[in-house]
Amino acid sequence: MSTLEQTASTGHHHGPAKGITRWLYTTNHKDIGTMYLIFSLVMFMVGGCMALTIRAELFQPGLQLIQPEFFNQMTTMHGLIMVFGAVMPAFVGLANWMVPMMVGAPDMALPRMNNWSFWILPFAFSMMLMTLFMEGGGPNFGWTFYAPLSTTYAPPSVTFFIFAVHMMGISSIMGAINIIATIFNLRAPGMTFMKMPLFVWTWLITAFLLIAVMPVLAGVVTMMLMDIHFGTSFFNAAGGGDPVLFQHVFWFFGHPEVYIMILPAFGIVSEIIPTFARKKLFGYTSMVYATSSIAILSFIVWAHHMFTVGMPLIGELFFMFTTMLIAVPTGVKVFNWIATMFRGSMTFETPMLFAVAFVVLFTIGGFSGLMLAIAPVDFQYHDTYFVVAHFHYVLVPGAIFSIMAATYYWLPKWTGNMYNESMGKLHFWLSFIGVNITFFPMHFIGLAGMPRRIPDYALQFADFNMVASVGAFLFGFAQLLFIYNIVCCARGGKKATDRVWEGSHGLEWTLPSPPPYHSFTQPPKVD
Amino acid sequence: MAEQTSSHRRLIIRLTLSCVLMFGFGFALVPLYDVFCQVTGLNGKVLNNGPLQETVVSDVNRRVKVQLIAVNNGGMPWGFRPSESSLEVHIGEMKQTAYVATNPTDRFMVAQAVPSVAPAEAAQYLRKVNCFCFDRQPLNAKEQREMPLLFVLDDELPVHIKTITLSYTLFDITPEDALAAASGSEEVQL
Ligand code: HEM
Ligand SMILES: [Cu+2]
Repeated sequence: MSTLEQTASTGHHHGPAKGITRWLYTTNHKDIGTMYLIFSLVMFMVGGCMALTIRAELFQPGLQLIQPEFFNQMTTMHGLIMVFGAVMPAFVGLANWMVPMMVGAPDMALPRMNNWSFWILPFAFSMMLMTLFMEGGGPNFGWTFYAPLSTTYAPPSVTFFIFAVHMMGISSIMGAINIIATIFNLRAPGMTFMKMPLFVWTWLITAFLLIAVMPVLAGVVTMMLMDIHFGTSFFNAAGGGDPVLFQHVFWFFGHPEVYIMILPAFGIVSEIIPTFARKKLFGYTSMVYATSSIAILSFIVWAHHMFTVGMPLIGELFFMFTTMLIAVPTGVKVFNWIATMFRGSMTFETPMLFAVAFVVLFTIGGFSGLMLAIAPVDFQYHDTYFVVAHFHYVLVPGAIFSIMAATYYWLPKWTGNMYNESMGKLHFWLSFIGVNITFFPMHFIGLAGMPRRIPDYALQFADFNMVASVGAFLFGFAQLLFIYNIVCCARGGKKATDRVWEGSHGLEWTLPSPPPYHSFTQPPKVD
Repeated sequence: MAEQTSSHRRLIIRLTLSCVLMFGFGFALVPLYDVFCQVTGLNGKVLNNGPLQETVVSDVNRRVKVQLIAVNNGGMPWGFRPSESSLEVHIGEMKQTAYVATNPTDRFMVAQAVPSVAPAEAAQYLRKVNCFCFDRQPLNAKEQREMPLLFVLDDELPVHIKTITLSYTLFDITPEDALAAASGSEEVQL
């Protein structure tokens, strides 16, 4: 190394800048990862308050607390905030923290773009939330924003909604490009593709899904914008357009989007279960292939959300069978996780509790998905609470539990301190019980015919709704423990060792806890 | 290091290009969707191509019930109804009927009717020779008009179809059209 290079690199080794500018200008993957995670937690709380508003109104039949117009804004904003503001940024934050450390890279490949893709988000979501205070209220057409509800009949604030979606779409695309570049170009010598940790693999595939479908989402909101302001008729039948077209374009984005929210979760669980079962992951190669085939299949199943729009029989059959086909690679994954646990010497620390609950409860969500995939029965279940039960089972004890598991799993690595284990376990049990009390009864009221997205309901649904609301408040308030535990852990506590867990495996655990601001400036050797 | 920057650049270019392509693909779905529906006759979209040739009717006694429905799109103030709500139609028979539209308002308006057929499977066998939905329908204030519809049922119509519903939705398209129509005809008052 020449002297010049040496001074340059030692000059580079100082710690973070001080004050607010550290966060504004940072290009450090750990700082940006932290910001993503905090942002996501804030959005989780905001979206959670909306959910509790909904459940409070639904506690009893009749209208008690809020007006139907506001109720519609709450369901819409809850969905948008949770999907785009909580789950997706949390996974990007985890990728920022972990992908460079797992592949032995010094940072993300494109650090400046990384800064951009984060800082767009607070603006996008402030804009989205501001619409609630505008004349005519915020978006009220459901998170799926079907035309013509979101065009002809939309509140004036819909334009701000469209721009917010554009901004967060750009942010996701930049994040995805960055992750792909990091994984392709910055792996440590010897880290071949088939040696990459599964979290890295699932994120690589997710990033490609993002590249493929976020532009389609941008396209569909652009068409809406043109219909609203420039007199085109993409979705307006009077001008030769077709509202059903909206649903096709939306779900061409929408179905891969639900896998964007679950593939990284698969990766996380595939990291955690081997650690606490003290065994190697069963069927690594099959996991990689299963993930890829889920991603590919996710492009040809979108119309299972549209069985009732009046598709021809052949279309119903095609989308029914392809949807069921996805259950096969999904089943392979569940089988592999169970086989990993089988005869392992398991211990149940908080991350493992969340991971095991993930496997069980996600599987329940997968089964209700299979039921919905049967086209003739979907005619009855569609747009009922059964669908709400299905996607909450795959998203809350699925995606969200995996994010919580990941937080507990890597928090000692990030902060250098152990979190409070008993409080973590309490948080888990309250969440586990709360989730099931909230969402399990929704299966029954859905099968009995209660429609989704309504502020009032018939008397026969009253009991189960009351139960669900009680569960929701339990789950919601249990999250305060989570926040308290994280804050305490960030501020101090028992020092964590470098390996943290007895059975931990992978490059990130070879670094000190907490890792230095710049890690792996010299690439590690992978056998 | 330089090598790495150039491989980053290559990747960024490729990935950005893929994004642009997928953005375009989103828009390409629009014509693709229309073509797909036209070719397959799916989605109840009717082909506007009349009978193809002299129809040979295999079963002169076969009759199908055709129900006619009129729907006003939200906010459309016109009166709009079929003159007969249900017809018995022989296969291959040229059938004439009409819809009646009334403009009860005090202003000139233009409407467009958009057809849809159920079951969708029947759409491609219902051949329209003449239809008011082919054109825009201008009506002066308080004017009423009978709008003709002439169609044939194709011999190929699957035998299990005993009833066909033909529905028209009437849309108000005045704003875009009023000025052009006004300059083209003197009897129009705005
Ligand atoms: C075995 C796998 C799965 C199958 C067979 C499946 C099937 C389905 C079907 C058929 C519907 C449409 C129901 C209707 O609207 O009538 C649906 C809705 C939904 N699914 Fe799944 N699903 C599966 C996994 C997932 C996963 C992993 C996620 C997300 C992490 C997910 C998220 C959703 C969401 C959000 C909706 C509702 C969209 C809406 O209308 O608001 N699903 N699913
Ligand atoms: Cu889907």
